[in-house]
Amino acid sequence: MRRRLLLLAPLGAAALAGAGFLAMLRRMRTGRFDPRGVPTMLLGKPVPIFALPGFALPGFASAGFASVDLAGADLAGGRPILLNFFASWCAPCVAENPRLMALHEAGIPLWGIAYKDRPDATAAFLGRHGNPFTRIGRDDAGLTAIDFGVTGVPETFLIDASGVVRWHLSGPLTQEAADEAASMLRQYA
Amino acid sequence: MSPELGHFALALAVAFAFAQAILPLWGAWRRDARLMQAAPAIAIGQLVALGTAYAALVWAAVTDDFSVLNVAENSHTLKPLIYKISGSWGNHEGSILLWCLILAMCGGAVAVFGRALPASLRARVIGVLGLSACGFELFALLESNPFARLWPAPVDGRDMNPLLQDPGLAFHPPLLYVGYVGFAIPFAFAIAALLEGRVDAAWGRWVRPWTLAAWCCLTGGIALGSWWSYYELGWGGFWFWDPVENASLLPWLTGTALLHSAIVVEKREALKVWTILLAIGTFSLSLSGTFLVRSGILNSVHSFASDPSRGVFILGLLALVIGGSLLLFALRASLLSSSGLFAPVSREGALVLNNILLCSIAAVVMTGTIYPLFADLLFGAKISVGPPFFNATVLPLAVPVFIAMSLGPALSWKRADLGAAVLRLWWVAVAAVAAGLFALIGMQALPALAFGAAVWIILGAIGEVVERIRLFRVPVAASAARFAGLPRGSFGTTLAHAGMGVTIAGIAGMSLAQESITLTKPGEGVPLAGYVFTLVDLHDAPGPNYASRVADLRVTRDGAPVALLSPSRRTFPVQKMTTTEAAIHTTGFSDLYAVLGDERDGAAVLRLHYNPLAPWIWFGALIMAAGGGISLADRRLRVGAPMRARASAAAKA
Repeated sequence: MRRRLLLLAPLGAAALAGAGFLAMLRRMRTGRFDPRGVPTMLLGKPVPIFALPGFALPGFASAGFASVDLAGADLAGGRPILLNFFASWCAPCVAENPRLMALHEAGIPLWGIAYKDRPDATAAFLGRHGNPFTRIGRDDAGLTAIDFGVTGVPETFLIDASGVVRWHLSGPLTQEAADEAASMLRQYA
Repeated sequence: MSPELGHFALALAVAFAFAQAILPLWGAWRRDARLMQAAPAIAIGQLVALGTAYAALVWAAVTDDFSVLNVAENSHTLKPLIYKISGSWGNHEGSILLWCLILAMCGGAVAVFGRALPASLRARVIGVLGLSACGFELFALLESNPFARLWPAPVDGRDMNPLLQDPGLAFHPPLLYVGYVGFAIPFAFAIAALLEGRVDAAWGRWVRPWTLAAWCCLTGGIALGSWWSYYELGWGGFWFWDPVENASLLPWLTGTALLHSAIVVEKREALKVWTILLAIGTFSLSLSGTFLVRSGILNSVHSFASDPSRGVFILGLLALVIGGSLLLFALRASLLSSSGLFAPVSREGALVLNNILLCSIAAVVMTGTIYPLFADLLFGAKISVGPPFFNATVLPLAVPVFIAMSLGPALSWKRADLGAAVLRLWWVAVAAVAAGLFALIGMQALPALAFGAAVWIILGAIGEVVERIRLFRVPVAASAARFAGLPRGSFGTTLAHAGMGVTIAGIAGMSLAQESITLTKPGEGVPLAGYVFTLVDLHDAPGPNYASRVADLRVTRDGAPVALLSPSRRTFPVQKMTTTEAAIHTTGFSDLYAVLGDERDGAAVLRLHYNPLAPWIWFGALIMAAGGGISLADRRLRVGAPMRARASAAAKA
């Protein structure tokens, strides 16, 4: 009997490892597991205090806010928000744009922060690929990105109704990650 | 030759693989001689089909057929021919196809060289190889088709990752893959033995050459990869305990253990269950290593092709191959009974110790490699396991291996006298301790210990030959006659063990390396380790698909010229990447190593290294592989030689 168990041990070990790897692969697709990623230290914490000049396009919906400028306090506005750091010079941002547009069309509140970008380049970028954001802040110097611990664009944060970071993805939004973000949003709504 | 022809050949190969999996295994089960006889022909058919497919892919790359997606993404008209060829395996789809081709070659090799095997064993081995091939060829055909077309075809390709455009790396993957996939043959023998329910000395004799061949290639492949990272990545290091490096080291460790435990099966009919498990484990580690890297789970500087969406398919395949074989092991291994008994202190005992230690090292390396992933998964903790962990855990396990490497071959089978063996090696021990103590002057304890170990292993290996030919104890002529009569296998052991010693000496020497990073203007000199590196000139030089910036350095020692070094930075416009080309001058006993960094105000950042004994690391690996090669040439090991001799004797009678 003991010999039997001993002979079964390799199979058991391999099965456990296999199950672990399967879980990792699943979570990698939804952005919940990222062996390369640096985790955000903000998870479960309120967003840093910041105030950025706003970026206004003609016909831009800034209704309901005191100005087009974007401040940390605006994020704790009583509803969950997806905050996306992007730049016109970033290729993965182009790649994730269609999924951001789909989220926008589904009525999900998406705010953007243009990271180290020129306003005319940002406008051209949004004009060419479409604008998924309802509000945009301009982080020309990249200092707010440092406060957020952004390691590179694009990065997306899910901020709940009280302004606490609940979910984070560094790198372009895949379809699986977008679905994950949408379901998390519903959870925190 | 069109890509569609290659695609068709790949599909044909899949059909052959299924036939190769089903017919021989069914035939062996039903004892149908005709089906068993068909096995070799099917295996060769599969090899021809895959060879055609691969040739079509290479042809598309060589003729710049950018309507093939794979070529368009990885090639460029200006890329030199050799990299157009090597580019065919420098990407995910192509490397999977190469992987399948090598697996088919294994089947072909058993078909051609395995004529002396019993019909049912040969049919089963070929069948199991076919079974493994099915899954991976289906993967190539369905999930990563290298022949996918791109329309409209671009005018030019996107070029290959410049780091890969290097002669060392061009031949690193094929060699490494032959090593990885070569372990499919011992694996197939193990599964066949489980199916037959029988392992005997003859089985051990058949398995050993295949294991040895795969081991030689894996040794060479790892060494080539490490050499590449030494001169191409420009960090001055040779081994980083990176997950991908560990993934290649793991099968090497268990493969080395397998090589030694198969000896015990062959000579003494013991350790059967363990040897079967090692054969399964080694191939499983090869498989998981290659494929976990592909899935992007293992994070590394060396992986150039990863995609998590393919991971699930791959994991399913691994589960079938590894899980299936381990299940079979759990069900059938109890049928195998060992007959050879031995005392703890004996040649067998030493080989068991070797196995325990090598597998412990493998376990430690595996833990260090995958623990961070599981810590992240289970506890959400981000941790990083680096060289300090591996150095601290592998070293204490490696030291007893080194000690046993010289003592083991001096012990006799069944029961040995340890005291007598130590006494016979007294001069080796004295030399090793003397070398260690001598090295202790002016250096730290660890390198000194390693130098002592290197001397112990090299002299121990030589001492084994000296002992066998009874040098100085019988007349020289008699010694010479004994020397000529020694089987090649024992030279192989001596060489392989000595090669390990040379590598250890190289690693110990590397730990004494000196380096200097300076901002240098043309005309200035930098002193390092008794040499003076003078920056003569900085200039631009054109290349075929890159532009390079070259620094000319003159190295002098006490005013006498030693070498001219020209490290450079290459800028590849298509890929918008820069690579560093280190310049290395080697004397055989040390390397002078220079890397050109950024430039500012007419001055250049130079990183200069003095690496004592560095070339020995790879030279030792070469000796190890050569030792394996010589063993392969041993008449006793040549597949089926005893059978053939017996058969011809029977024919005469």
